[in-house]
Amino acid sequence: MIETKNVDFYYAGFHALKDISIRMESRTVTALIGPSGCGKSTFLRLFNRMNDLIDDTRVSGECLIDGEDIYHKSVAVDELRKRVGMVFQKPNPFPKSIFENVAYGLRVNDVRDKSFIACRVEASLRAAALWEEVKDKLRKSAFALSGGQQQRLCIARALAVSPSVLLMDEPASALDPISTSKIEELIADLKRDYTIVIVTHNMQQAARVSDKTGFFMMGELVEFGDTRMIFSDPLKEQTRNYVTGRFG
Amino acid sequence: MKWTKRVVKHVIEGLFTLSGGVTSLAILLIVVFLFKEGTGLFSSPVLERGYTLCVNAANPVECLDARQIKQLFDGEITEWQEVGGKEGEIVLFRFEEVFSLYGEEELGEEYALLPRRLEEIVAKTPGIIAFLPDEYLPAGEEIVKRLVAGNISPAQFFGGGEWQPTAGPAPRFGVLPLILGTLWVSLFAIFLALVPGLGVAVYLAELADDRTRQWLKPMIELLAGIPSVVYGFFGLVVLVPLIQRVFDLPVGESALAGSVVLAIMALPTIITIAEDAMRGAPRALREASLALGATHWQTIYRVVIPCASSGITAAAVLGIGRAVGETMAVLMVTGNAAVMPRSLFEPVRTIPATIAAELGEAPAGGTHYQALFLLGCILFAITLVINLSAEVIATRKQGKGLGV
Ligand SMILES: Nc1ncnc2c1ncn2[C@@H]1O[C@H](COP(=O)(O)OP(=O)(O)OP(=O)(O)O)[C@@H](O)[C@H]1O
Ligand SMILES: [Mg+2]
Repeated sequence: MIETKNVDFYYAGFHALKDISIRMESRTVTALIGPSGCGKSTFLRLFNRMNDLIDDTRVSGECLIDGEDIYHKSVAVDELRKRVGMVFQKPNPFPKSIFENVAYGLRVNDVRDKSFIACRVEASLRAAALWEEVKDKLRKSAFALSGGQQQRLCIARALAVSPSVLLMDEPASALDPISTSKIEELIADLKRDYTIVIVTHNMQQAARVSDKTGFFMMGELVEFGDTRMIFSDPLKEQTRNYVTGRFG
Repeated sequence: MKWTKRVVKHVIEGLFTLSGGVTSLAILLIVVFLFKEGTGLFSSPVLERGYTLCVNAANPVECLDARQIKQLFDGEITEWQEVGGKEGEIVLFRFEEVFSLYGEEELGEEYALLPRRLEEIVAKTPGIIAFLPDEYLPAGEEIVKRLVAGNISPAQFFGGGEWQPTAGPAPRFGVLPLILGTLWVSLFAIFLALVPGLGVAVYLAELADDRTRQWLKPMIELLAGIPSVVYGFFGLVVLVPLIQRVFDLPVGESALAGSVVLAIMALPTIITIAEDAMRGAPRALREASLALGATHWQTIYRVVIPCASSGITAAAVLGIGRAVGETMAVLMVTGNAAVMPRSLFEPVRTIPATIAAELGEAPAGGTHYQALFLLGCILFAITLVINLSAEVIATRKQGKGLGV
């Protein structure tokens, strides 16, 4: 379960997130939508503390995962990131073999057991619906895969360290329709084991894959609720305008 | 209006093309000149110009090579048998000795009788080998036989282990000690510089905050601009005595001193190039690694450094390139003994140091002079190879060689 309470976020002087409170249940898919620059990525990157990499940023309020404040001093950021996986907008495999890409998270975790690694790699590739396509070329460079395959490889890579949360920032925006639908099917599958938060600009996609949807504008969470409701009968006028395409 | 613009444009383009052409031509000419002067060496005789070795006509020996001549005149060979002659002791005769054997009248006006006297000497000494100027060479072929000494061969030059350019009667031009000395000092310098250089590069690229980087980087680049004499001076005053004391050596001037000075000089190159390469590692890969729970350090050595590996290799290779051609500092601290490098603690001599030290005293156009030019060619070839390989490595497709 992911929860934020009155979270504000600042890039130096810029107030990027304003008083956000939200609650995302375990094993659900939450979609974040909103016009460009409204703070969706910033919000998503709060949960694996990727924003920490940027100088001069500040968070206030509470950010909880399974009840634990992830911005507490006692939290080890690298441990947190093993629990909270992330898939980026552009596929970003390492310039290594397919196998080593998936094994990366285990290797940095000091896992040495070869058979265990091989097992995890296969399981992750299967979970990412990529196993059948790559099982014969695990030692080939990851760059030899298509964009869609690369993105599923990145998902497999994130799954290999057994996270409980999966953050996806426009995971299908660089892909063709077929690869996109594969990713969407995958999300529906993964929902059984993972809490998923996905940022997307594609309204149909949000409607198809998510249980809940949050609509952001200008750093504010305008509305958050059941996906069906957001897309058919939102409470706010702004939301209605946005999802019907009359805005942005 | 329009056509004036066009004309101006053409003129400017022409000027640029011309200057490019002239520059390339000049460089080409320099290289051609270098090689032309240098390769002349192989058509030079082994003996000092204008001198000939003569023996008694009864002596069966026809020719001697440079090595034999040297050993002979050094007294290491004393028997004709050792060089393929008959039994009998070798009697060395240097031209100057004639003046102590004969008085001034006996030599005649303007030494007109000198060749005759020399002939007499050769005739009455069967075991003689005389080193004589061509000017006063005795005419009688049936009494005095001229030895064939041959020309300097590439094998002698490139494979020779002794560099004694002013030794008489046959100077030795073996460049092996110089080439090895150069490589020895340079490679060890890179070995010394690589770890600290990469350390600083990692620090600058990954750890230092913006403000530290902003003053540290220009400082390091400034280091590259310090004249090499200054480094040499520092080496001479600080390093050489230090090395002498620490390792308890008879002299501190050694290959090690040269390597340390070169290492310091190569540092800025290595640091700047390696740092650029590391900062060039794609942000997306960094983020991917961190997002998988890798620590900063794990990310550095598993992603950043492999991604930058070609840049880092290029940095090392260019560092070597710089070290190989460095003259002044090395000349000042390595002791300059032209011997095969055997350890780090003995003096060695590098190619550039040799050229710088000897060109002034080598008569223009002479054998020694040509040999120095050929050394220049060798240096040119070495640095060319190094720079080309740096280029190849740097443009190698990124991501290759990252392990599977
Ligand atoms: N590193 C940064 N430094 C300063 N401001 C930033 C930084 N990253 C983002 N911002 C600002 O924060 C705001 C929110 O950015 P964010 O990337 O979260 O938007 P987004 O909703 O993900 O947009 P998009 O849909 O285009 O990806 C934007 O106005 C952006 O200009
Ligand atoms: Mg975004």
